Amino acid sequence: MFSFKSKNKNVNYLSLSFWVGLFFVLIVFLLALISFIWTPYDVTSLVISERFKGPSFSYILGTDHFGRDILSMIMVGAQTSIAVALVAVGIGIIFGLPLGMIAAAKRGTFIDDLVMRFNDLIFAFPALIIAILITAILGPGAFNAIIAIGIFNIPVFARVARGAALTQWSKEYILAAKVSGKGTFLISIEHIIPNILNLLIVQATIQFSLGILAEAGLSYVGLGAQPPIPSLGRMLADSQTMISIAPHMAIFPGMVIVITVLGLNLIGDGLRDYFDPKLRGSR
Amino acid sequence: MLQYFVRRIVTLFFTLVIASLVIFVSLEIIPGDPASYMLGINAQEDTLQALRQELGLDKPKLERYLVWVKGMLIGDFGVSYTYRAPVIEMVSDRLWVSLPLAVYALILSTFISLPVGIYAAANRGKFSDLSVMGVTQIGIAVPNFWFAMLLVYLFAIILRWFSAGGFSGWEVGFFLGLKSLTLPAISLALPQASILARVMRSSLIDTLNEDFIKTARAKGLTQNQALIKHGIRNALIPVLTIIGLQFSFLMAGAIIIENVFFLPGLGRLIFQSIAQRDIIVVESVIMLLVFSVVIVTFLVDVAYVIVDPRLRSSIL
Repeated sequence: MFSFKSKNKNVNYLSLSFWVGLFFVLIVFLLALISFIWTPYDVTSLVISERFKGPSFSYILGTDHFGRDILSMIMVGAQTSIAVALVAVGIGIIFGLPLGMIAAAKRGTFIDDLVMRFNDLIFAFPALIIAILITAILGPGAFNAIIAIGIFNIPVFARVARGAALTQWSKEYILAAKVSGKGTFLISIEHIIPNILNLLIVQATIQFSLGILAEAGLSYVGLGAQPPIPSLGRMLADSQTMISIAPHMAIFPGMVIVITVLGLNLIGDGLRDYFDPKLRGSR
Repeated sequence: MLQYFVRRIVTLFFTLVIASLVIFVSLEIIPGDPASYMLGINAQEDTLQALRQELGLDKPKLERYLVWVKGMLIGDFGVSYTYRAPVIEMVSDRLWVSLPLAVYALILSTFISLPVGIYAAANRGKFSDLSVMGVTQIGIAVPNFWFAMLLVYLFAIILRWFSAGGFSGWEVGFFLGLKSLTLPAISLALPQASILARVMRSSLIDTLNEDFIKTARAKGLTQNQALIKHGIRNALIPVLTIIGLQFSFLMAGAIIIENVFFLPGLGRLIFQSIAQRDIIVVESVIMLLVFSVVIVTFLVDVAYVIVDPRLRSSIL
């Protein structure tokens, strides 16, 4: 969408939506990074006399029911969201990519079947319910939220890696590598992975954005990062009963989630079009 | 054909067995003894022992697993530790909130997104198409529980058209019940409808490039006639897959949305039961949800093969 018209359809260029997405994501990342060294106010200090203040010059996004500055809380909360989603993507790649590569290398065998059935099994579980189950077993907290979200990234990456790798294995340059005496493992590392990297990057962006949404959902129901660590989901949960007197408490944290997820999705779409211009416009 | 069904049913069976094992084992790890939870910290050891015996908690794990599975097969899900009520009754009460909510959301999402997707595909590249793509892109990015809160703020607090939460029950009348599920259903449907509209659009655009559309055009149909008569039908296959998949998202998404609107559904039941260490209820509800997801996926897969003869040759 919103792409510049190009005379040649097969020329790679990054669409406008990619840059818009990057802009959104950079804003949020920057806010999160700055919060490591500076926030407008201390997120742990409660100033009851200043509570429920609407947006003003002293509090740009207003204050919450404890008089905490909402902008500061959003900045720190974005840290949590990004960290949880990013590590969960990492888990998915670290476990999923080798699984997918093994399945593709041993295509058609018992091992391939085993990996695929394992994937189907995880897909059969409604992700959110199992995330709730996992946090119920391990106790709520950011770390356990990472595990809960990360587990569901494993079959996603395994499936994408396997599918993409299968196409590569049937190509002639792989045959050439085989003839020159390279083993399955070396071919997977040196030839297959570099050639499926772009698909993995696109998938990582998508899982990253889904992870942000999942983290928000889990912390909204109280299973994510625990107080006093601010999290966007719990800010929304807190605001729920006060929405009639302080709607700004609900609106701003939600908008930050939307901007982050929207930005990541736009980046993902842009990258996919960039890597495979034939798909442009059909999605 | 028959071979395919047999293979699918065997896979279905194994998935369910493994799923039940995973659920059972993971809930065994949960710290906390249901008996001591029910009796409180001052309970005597022999009272605890008696209660454990009554609940069957003293039996070997394998035996408890088999009893649980056997019970489910004949529709007996056991007795809730906390409420001493049959789990099946608790679940079926809640199911009459969660299931209608999921179905309501699915209907809303399908009936809104398909026409929108078709409209966008027919006007590909025009302003209307771009607006649909933009709006759906935002729809995917919005957390449904946040959207739910905004809906409550607008329609319940400012306009006062709907109540902010709670469920009237079906006894007071079908339409009143439906009305209390309307805001939850809309918020559940938004992200799903956005995804579905995009899938419908891209699938239809792909179909419109096919040769049989050119043939239809060549025999004198206009682009829109060809689209309606031949395009949509053929473009529906990937859309059906997504609708099948979305059912599980809707069942799971309902858990969070039920919390926003204080609906007495399965989601509330799970949270309550986890908090009270009512493990038998948690096990059964999760197993039921997994079962419904697996069955729906199975039915969608089978439906394809029946609907689309082209797929038959590829699976035999």
